[in-house]
Amino acid sequence: MSFFQAFERVEPPPQARPMGFFTDSSVCIGCKACEVACKQWNELPADGQKFTGMSYDNTVALGATTWRHVQFIEQQDERGAMRWLFNSDVCKHCVDAPCENACPTGSLIRTEFDTVYVQQDICNGCGYCVVACPFGVIETAHAAPNTDGAAHKCTLCYDRLKDGMEPACAKACPTDSILFGEVDQLREYAARRVEVLQARGESKAQLYGMPAQDHALGGLNSFFLLLDEPEKYNLPRYPRSPKRAMAKGYLWGLGAAIVVAATMALMFDSD
Amino acid sequence: MPGLGTSFGRGGATTFPQDLVNSDAVLIMGSNMAEAHPVAFARVLEAKERGAKLIHVDPHFSRTSAMADLYLQIRAGSDIAFLGGIIRWLLVNERYFHDYVYYYTNALTVIDDKFEDSEALDGLFSGYDPQTRSYDTSSWQYKRDKKGNTVTDPEAKKPRTVLNLLKYHFERYTPEEVERICGVPKDGFLRVCEILADNSGRERTAAFCYALGWTQHSHGVQNIRAAAIVQLLLGNMGRPGGGIMALRGHASIQGSTDVPTLYDLLSGYMPQPSALLDHGTLEKYIKAAWRPTGWWANFPKYIVSFLKAWYGAAATVENDYRFDWVAKTNGDHSHLASTFAMVEGKIKGMLIMGQNPASGSAHARLQRRALSNLDWLVVRDLYEIESAAFWYAAPDGEDPAAIKTEIFFVPAASHLEKEGSFTNTQRLVQWRDKAIDPPGEARSDAWFIHQLAKRLKKLYAGSKLKRDAPIQALTWEYDRAEPEPGSKVLDEPDLDRVVQEINGCEIATGKLLGGFAELKDDGTTACGSWIYSGIHPEPGRNKAASRDNRGRVFPNWGWSWPANRRILYNRASADPSGRPWSERKKYIWWDEEQKKWTGEDVPDFPATKDPETPAKPGAGGMDALSGSDPFIMMPDGRGWLFVPKGLKDGPMPTHYEPYESPVHNALYGQQSNPTAKTFAKTGDNPIAAPEDPDYPVVMTTYRVTEHHVTGAMTRWLPWLAELQPEAFVELSPQLAAAKGIVNGGWVTVSTLRGQFEGRALVTPRMHPLQIQGKLIDQIGVPVHWSYMGVTKGDTPNDLTHLVLEPNVSIYEVKAITCNVRAGRRTGATTAPVAPKTESA
Repeated sequence: MSFFQAFERVEPPPQARPMGFFTDSSVCIGCKACEVACKQWNELPADGQKFTGMSYDNTVALGATTWRHVQFIEQQDERGAMRWLFNSDVCKHCVDAPCENACPTGSLIRTEFDTVYVQQDICNGCGYCVVACPFGVIETAHAAPNTDGAAHKCTLCYDRLKDGMEPACAKACPTDSILFGEVDQLREYAARRVEVLQARGESKAQLYGMPAQDHALGGLNSFFLLLDEPEKYNLPRYPRSPKRAMAKGYLWGLGAAIVVAATMALMFDSD
Repeated sequence: MPGLGTSFGRGGATTFPQDLVNSDAVLIMGSNMAEAHPVAFARVLEAKERGAKLIHVDPHFSRTSAMADLYLQIRAGSDIAFLGGIIRWLLVNERYFHDYVYYYTNALTVIDDKFEDSEALDGLFSGYDPQTRSYDTSSWQYKRDKKGNTVTDPEAKKPRTVLNLLKYHFERYTPEEVERICGVPKDGFLRVCEILADNSGRERTAAFCYALGWTQHSHGVQNIRAAAIVQLLLGNMGRPGGGIMALRGHASIQGSTDVPTLYDLLSGYMPQPSALLDHGTLEKYIKAAWRPTGWWANFPKYIVSFLKAWYGAAATVENDYRFDWVAKTNGDHSHLASTFAMVEGKIKGMLIMGQNPASGSAHARLQRRALSNLDWLVVRDLYEIESAAFWYAAPDGEDPAAIKTEIFFVPAASHLEKEGSFTNTQRLVQWRDKAIDPPGEARSDAWFIHQLAKRLKKLYAGSKLKRDAPIQALTWEYDRAEPEPGSKVLDEPDLDRVVQEINGCEIATGKLLGGFAELKDDGTTACGSWIYSGIHPEPGRNKAASRDNRGRVFPNWGWSWPANRRILYNRASADPSGRPWSERKKYIWWDEEQKKWTGEDVPDFPATKDPETPAKPGAGGMDALSGSDPFIMMPDGRGWLFVPKGLKDGPMPTHYEPYESPVHNALYGQQSNPTAKTFAKTGDNPIAAPEDPDYPVVMTTYRVTEHHVTGAMTRWLPWLAELQPEAFVELSPQLAAAKGIVNGGWVTVSTLRGQFEGRALVTPRMHPLQIQGKLIDQIGVPVHWSYMGVTKGDTPNDLTHLVLEPNVSIYEVKAITCNVRAGRRTGATTAPVAPKTESA
């Protein structure tokens, strides 16, 4: 590439239909095929070997090198009957994504598939996105085996989407718990699915991340069907974007500046 | 798989996973299907979405249990009591499928007057010889009239009629007794009975799925027999959504019994000739193995064609087709019996391929001792597995310099690096293409066998010795015409030629055969495995490689034996007159106009035999069966509730305790299976006595999704190793509290054979059970770990013993007794330490 070519403006790809995941935890069997398929396709390293004692969960959380994470929730009712909930957690690809909003370098972008993508070559590792994400999805890599310092998270297999393939995790899922498709169609299917489950007696079956829900950051393009309250899955009931606090923050800042200026003026005045 | 074979006629799963979507209820027992067979389990979930009830009965609450509508925690090893309870409940409440039972089973057959049931003999059947620990089965036979015809009792009034014998045999298996023996609440047990009965009959069908949780017991075959009786009583065999789904433990394990690697079978389930039986000539062998009525009347065609496939032109009618060259067994040469022979120095060398006895076989410490007594050992695998590294890496405290075994480790190609076939759980043969060349000097197993055979033939080529004639005459024409394009491996065999030989041909013309109906007993046809005949019916057409996913039963996806039938015994999906039992469960029926059987699948019945055809008394072959006898492999065409012939441990299943048990048998004086092989005299295989206070805890073993068997394919992969990173033990909060064991901390499990340390996973998914008035703790140990690999640990099989089931010589590793304590094992070895009896 010549020096000048680097500054040439390349037309972005044309806008496609928004794509996303619907993760239906009611048919998840906790096999973790999604975790392995994700690591294999994206060439993510294993994080080491530590037995946690937290049910069958030994990878603990999403992070720089774990982009799908299967949760294992053991519950026992008052009569002693067991229930074991599984759910494959992943980046939510928020419509109004706090990480993207917080990124000062333009590394975090929205793709033509309406997904959120980190451009690793632009990321300077500032970590603003890490604190902005209300789900703890994105992480900068500072611990072995990856120490490049940049932010990493699920790309919704952007490279596979470009070639018309579904993401690796959805491809590997044996029970179709992870569905990939156009977000509109997934939402329609999900609305019917939750009705079916409720009619079957799953009274706590609920969708997490639909746009109508006020907590949903404009809707999550990667959304979930849960069989219990979100907190049980370590998901915030009211995820907030730090952006929402910005207007208030600026106002307080302005107020403080006025107070300081006035005080200083008075002090100088009294001289 | 004699449990299925003696009940229905063939030793294979009677259905296929895709058909489970048609089930109205699925009982999974003795299987952790969601974890060990997740792809097949997806079909069960689909059935559940369609409204089917899913029941899981298992000692351990697994990911399968998590998906079930009803889960019951059962004491490991008590399955026959549970299933016997269902049999009794169906009979007493008359909830069995009356017409199916009367017309399609041997329910109305009368048994010989000399037969005595285990109820009368305190847990033994008539004919038991305590000296040989075996049965003379002559008193179990069908009663014959003066003409030699079987006596039947159409009204089921006589006490020796099978249906009445069944009622008598199981009359004490009440729901209360099931609760006392198995530890499952009576209400839950009755709920299972009702779900099964409500979802069986003309309009509905229920399926059973089982795996190694039923087979790996000293009474494993009888576990499956009990399930067969339930499914026959419910009328679920041969029908869509019904059947018994035997889930095999590995890829192509079904294939390895069809074209067998077993010591006691030739291909297609023909018995290996034995020097201990009257098998001296081909004629005598055929006479002993042949059944004059039913499909097995064709047996001579299969064995003669088989001998022609092995010995080619050297096999002629004059020389008995060289039957004398076939190796004769002279005892139990099964894997575990051979272990003792190695310990005794009777076996000098061993080839291990796709197996890992040093950690994967029961009583692994003894296995390693056996290996260290060999002169030479060849291990072929992907990585340096425990069986190749035991001499320096095993925690046995042995001095490597003292082990004389010379070990050759040969790198093997993985399934992606070679072509070949899998015959999986549903009898379906699927061809696989090769993706890439294997690394370095790794080669396929087929390459190794091919090159070994060629070298052996060359070595013996000039021999004049009579004993070397078989290997000289052995046909071995598998060289490729040209090497595989683009591959660095130039001398792989041509596997298409192997498939063609298995398929069979007309010798004079070389014309490939379309199926086993074309086989002859006059030496004009050759066939490597008659049940696979038709898999490669013409040049260039290997049906195992066909990939068309259309149709209700996917008839053009791969190829399944026999004759591409997907549901076996499917004649039973129609009533005796040939009409479907119901529109909803329509599958195979008699087309009156075309005068033939038709439907969704290949009929498992003579295609044009009218349902009204009467059986011809005294006739041979298929003529002895009527047009309404659906189990064509059986000599009487019926499903067998009572098995007069073919089993070594009883015609009906009986509740026996595992050899190690925390209780005495609640029903009989006979504690455990009286015919199991215990190797009691050989030493180094101690078994804890019933109710031994030093070993009060029941232990069971199983797999988790993240790893495969001993981990040879998974524990070396960091991506899988991080998911289940350490050997662990699952135990209840109650047991953990009593022993001071903390979640995530160390726990040591001990038995009379050895010690095992792992991480404690304390979970309410395990809970103590109330058994015969005592509170019994139960723990679960996943089997995957051992001392090599990326994730290493102690070997669970260092805890297990060698007691073998009498019919198939499988070990009892699903139910043993142990003790547990907090902390790591003492000392550098996993050898046992003497227990200190705790005060009660």
